[in-house]
Amino acid sequence: MKPPPFRYVAPDTTDDALAALADAGDEAKVVAGGQSLIPLLNMRLAAPSVLIDINQLTDLDRIEVSEARVTVGATVRQASLEHDEEAIRRLPLLGQALRHVAHPVIRNRGTVVGSIAHADPAAELPAVLAVLGGTVEVRSTAGERTLAAEDLFVGPLESSLDPTELITAASFPVPEGRWGSAFEELARRHGDYAMSGVATVVHVNGDGLVASAQAAFTGVGPVPVVVDLSGPLAGQDPTRLDTAEAVAAARGAIDPQPDIHASAEYRRHLSGVLVDRALRAAGERAWHQGGGE
Amino acid sequence: MTEELLDITVEVNGRPRSARVPARRLLSDFLRHDIGLTGTHVGCEHGVCGCCTVLLDGKPARSCLMFAVMAQDHAVTTVEGLEGDDGELHPVQQAFHECHGLQCGFCTPGFVMSVCGLLAENPDPTEEEVLEGISGNLCRCTGYQNIRKSVHRAAEALRETGQSATGPGRAGG
Repeated sequence: MKPPPFRYVAPDTTDDALAALADAGDEAKVVAGGQSLIPLLNMRLAAPSVLIDINQLTDLDRIEVSEARVTVGATVRQASLEHDEEAIRRLPLLGQALRHVAHPVIRNRGTVVGSIAHADPAAELPAVLAVLGGTVEVRSTAGERTLAAEDLFVGPLESSLDPTELITAASFPVPEGRWGSAFEELARRHGDYAMSGVATVVHVNGDGLVASAQAAFTGVGPVPVVVDLSGPLAGQDPTRLDTAEAVAAARGAIDPQPDIHASAEYRRHLSGVLVDRALRAAGERAWHQGGGE
Repeated sequence: MTEELLDITVEVNGRPRSARVPARRLLSDFLRHDIGLTGTHVGCEHGVCGCCTVLLDGKPARSCLMFAVMAQDHAVTTVEGLEGDDGELHPVQQAFHECHGLQCGFCTPGFVMSVCGLLAENPDPTEEEVLEGISGNLCRCTGYQNIRKSVHRAAEALRETGQSATGPGRAGG
């Protein structure tokens, strides 16, 4: 099994990388961890004529944690974020989701931003970015812009990025106030893409009751499907949620497709089971630890 | 079209190894074909089976999901690099031998390298951590139970002898 031939470029600076992208346009693919792209090349499902390796861009290998957000540079490995105690303490959802991303060995190479740029609707990290209302920093030789998750993901493996643009960082906002999160998924085999998965965030108000709740599903739509479940859950005790109405609302909001792994009906049923579990876990965490594990 | 060839040098098992390769040469093929280290096995070539796992700067990585040219600034350790000076097995290999952690042996180099990486990071893994640690490697013979035992045995041996999980081994301790 051999990838098709390509010209290899390994720029030393972000500016050089952007120039190479501007030069090659849609002939080029960017490689960082390569854990999604190289399988596609090996199977000849992708055949870029230029491969731009951004691993030399050490200024992008940075995790920044503030009160308001966790910002992850384009070459940060999934394992590095998973083991960054400060980032995970600030935003436990990152850790809750990362442990479902493939296997530990894959996470040693795979990057957080690469997973987002790849825009696989079955992947965990796009859903995390979506449920938190996160953004990506995008640069090209023409300038830079900030793109919201909802504007980035447009279809399966399809983002709204121009071929000349590079995502330099992903920014995960820390919810305000008292909140808890959870990630649940079910895969046929450990480490496979899940048949369905869901990230949830439950917010609790000053009286200790649910203020709002969001969920983002993987694997049941062309992009991560964000569903606001505040309506059916607001005002409830977060440790004793009656989720029947929220589960029904979630099942109604998704549009799963059948494939070799599961029928559409099964995925819809499963999504309801998973969101029920995830909402309960997030509610407990919001009550007990104000956002923690 | 003549394909461009690149002169690359990669540190493999502590020694610089050079070859002239196309950019699309996978690290797994570089190891096996260009420098003749056939201990690294090639199974699925898309990151699922784990047979081609090597250590990249001490951490397990799939050599089929990396181009050799990308490994130039890194230190690669293959299963050959675990051998002691006098050809002795590494404690992880010895544990697989003692616990019957292999049958046909095709998946074994990948398992051994994954386990070396796991034990370097976590010298005393729980059962759950062992399962998570080897979850990215497929074995079609053993049913995994003896591999699981081998990992615990290897952890014990490494702790007893104080050896490096990722360096050349002395199974005798």
